[in-house]
Amino acid sequence: MNVEILARVQFAFTIAFHYIYPPLSIGLGLNMVIMEAMYLKTGEKIYEKMTKFFVRIFALIFGIGVATGIVMEFEFGTNWATYSRYVGDVFGSALAAEGIFAFALESGFLGILLFGWNKVSPKVHFISTLLVTLGSMFSAIWIVVANSWQQTPAGYHIVGTGFNARAQITDFWAMVFNPSSVQRITHVWLGAFLSGTFLVLSISAYYLLKNRYVSFSRKSFKISLVLATICSLAQLFAGHESAKVVADYQPAKLAAIEGHFDGSKPADMYLIGYIDQKKNETKGIGIPGGLSFITKGDFKKPVTGLNNFKPDDRPHALNFVFQTYHLMVAIGMFMIALTLYACFLWWRGKLFNKRWLMYIFAFSVLLPQLANQVGWYTAEVGRQPWVVYGLLRTSHALSQAVKAEAVVFSLILFTFVYIILFSLFIYLLNKKIKHGPFDEENLDHSPRHIEMADSLS
Amino acid sequence: MATFLGIDYQTWWFLLIGAVFTGYIILDGFDLGAGALHLFFNKEDSRRIALNAIGPVWDGNEVWIVIGGGSLFAGFPEVYASLLSAFYVPFMLFLTGIIFRAISIEFRSKEPMKWWRRMWDICYACSSSLIAFLLGVILGNVIQGINMGADHVFRGNVLDFVNPYSILMGITTLALMMMHGAIYLVMKTENRLYTKLTIMVRDTTIFFVIMILLTSFYTLLYLPHMAITMRRYPVMFVIPVMMVLAIANVTRQITKRKYLFAFISSAVTISLLMVLVAIELYPNMLLSKVNPAYHLTVYNASSSEKTLGIMLIFAAIGVPLVVGYTTFVFFTFKGKVKLDEMSY
Repeated sequence: MNVEILARVQFAFTIAFHYIYPPLSIGLGLNMVIMEAMYLKTGEKIYEKMTKFFVRIFALIFGIGVATGIVMEFEFGTNWATYSRYVGDVFGSALAAEGIFAFALESGFLGILLFGWNKVSPKVHFISTLLVTLGSMFSAIWIVVANSWQQTPAGYHIVGTGFNARAQITDFWAMVFNPSSVQRITHVWLGAFLSGTFLVLSISAYYLLKNRYVSFSRKSFKISLVLATICSLAQLFAGHESAKVVADYQPAKLAAIEGHFDGSKPADMYLIGYIDQKKNETKGIGIPGGLSFITKGDFKKPVTGLNNFKPDDRPHALNFVFQTYHLMVAIGMFMIALTLYACFLWWRGKLFNKRWLMYIFAFSVLLPQLANQVGWYTAEVGRQPWVVYGLLRTSHALSQAVKAEAVVFSLILFTFVYIILFSLFIYLLNKKIKHGPFDEENLDHSPRHIEMADSLS
Repeated sequence: MATFLGIDYQTWWFLLIGAVFTGYIILDGFDLGAGALHLFFNKEDSRRIALNAIGPVWDGNEVWIVIGGGSLFAGFPEVYASLLSAFYVPFMLFLTGIIFRAISIEFRSKEPMKWWRRMWDICYACSSSLIAFLLGVILGNVIQGINMGADHVFRGNVLDFVNPYSILMGITTLALMMMHGAIYLVMKTENRLYTKLTIMVRDTTIFFVIMILLTSFYTLLYLPHMAITMRRYPVMFVIPVMMVLAIANVTRQITKRKYLFAFISSAVTISLLMVLVAIELYPNMLLSKVNPAYHLTVYNASSSEKTLGIMLIFAAIGVPLVVGYTTFVFFTFKGKVKLDEMSY
């Protein structure tokens, strides 16, 4: 097999795996900040228990996120050395900024968040929780800035030619605030908030179904439901803003997303569909001219199609981009419907009466995870064949010193390690959830009785 | 050429990245060393105390390699690209070590079964030792140079990295970190474990002294390019002399029960070692065995001066911040380890 495919598979695999954890940390962090703030404000012990319980889950997630993240940082150099030489000046500075301004903050205060309960005052502990969460959000900023620069390069010029060509910064802030940064960060942040929030919702719903820790779970469910509703609605707008940037700056990606071939015609917007790559046409159910309306404000206006690009400049996995994008949108819509319906029931005072709804929520942790993953695939596969859009092709970005056997070796190694890691993660997460928020020693007093009293009232 | 305080940006970045990696060796060095010593503790309680001694800080310590990697990428992309793609297999093993170490620490305490804890203990000790050893192997090869052509692309294979000098360097690094880790653990323990550790400090110090002597002789005999600067400026001999004094001071402070000073002494030893390597390498960063003209230097491998300038501002803002809250975290957890409900 050729090195390019192998290196791409390896990168895709390691980053997809990594991308499970940081969004969970960010979102869970946000939930923990709110819970701990409630504890500080009300002084009720149950909020302290709640925070402590989710901190333990957070520790598990954070550890794996860091370990797999370090892999990513070095993989640019090991597998994509030519790319690293080309963009080091620009991309490297964003990565370095992430290390010094964000990662150091979150990892530094993590120690206090996990082990500082009896060492610092509740206020300092709360600030630590807040700083860890802010740190993880800053991390997202710099990583998404670096990636956005690959999507919509700005603030640079090219020096040298051929193998010696290099991108150099001309305007740092133009690089940071490149045309897609802000929209993409908002989109990624909201996706991350949803990941963590739906984890809390899932765990709470699971306890409610099992009739355990009822008062605890009702409280945590409500906190996270508010957050989930706001975020899933906001995501609708953020996603739309992000799509508009794609329309303006990455027309080939947009055309792939909706399977639009003929550039002289208005473009449809599909609900579901299928791209026939042999015949260069798309079949499906959708709004005729919908994409034209969204991007140009007119159902009749033509939109740049895939035929406007040389075959070499088009993403190859068209169906993949199409399907992942539509799956992401569908999940987004479903989350909006689900949270709004739950809010409606809450308003009517019947939120916890419907078991089937709690069943859906118990499994709902998968929704944002899946949406994050497929959204990321859309963004990255849709960018192909470019690693830096319009500047550097993926096939030119490889390490020349690395042979296929070495990549196969590391790919097998990481697949093996990550499968073990994931199985253990699920096993321990499940165990922590089963164990519940209360420690064994005080099981005989309080919780069980509170629960009984609670469910009777 | 842009300068700051009379020193050009490239040299500043060489110094800064050198300082970050030194910080990494000092900070992660002690928790890696503690990990390498882990299996020498026999009792479950001793192992838990040793683990919780590094518990609140190991994650923060690892930040330094992330900052180092990012700075190298941004400051010297050519070095970052050539180094990492050349050392592909060692780095992949290093990363595997990092992953296994993180999860051993995190997973060990989650189950009470004996076999479970034993398994993670072994995993933790092996991955910690592997990381320390590989860091030394990589350094050993960087000192010797690699088969790198005019295009700065490595032309060789993984077996190039397995040679007596780099193995020696790997063991020396492991010994250094074990000594450093033992001293850290002495600070954090009491009673019988403490007594046991004072013996470990002695043994690991002896181990390190033997290794560093062997490595030094080997370097002087077979790698004359690593002594050129020192021959030209004999005043530099003060550095190895200070290093000997620092090592001697480690044992002196331990017998006086001044652990913090002992720890500072071993940190000074690490810094001086790094300074020695840096002095002899500069202005080169990655040597080519093929032709000295192909060396990657701070000048032909650096980013644009604009990027270096921007990043100097980052460093000026960021480094004091990081040092500030690292100090705060260490200060919060000062004193002997006490196990509680949130412990590993």
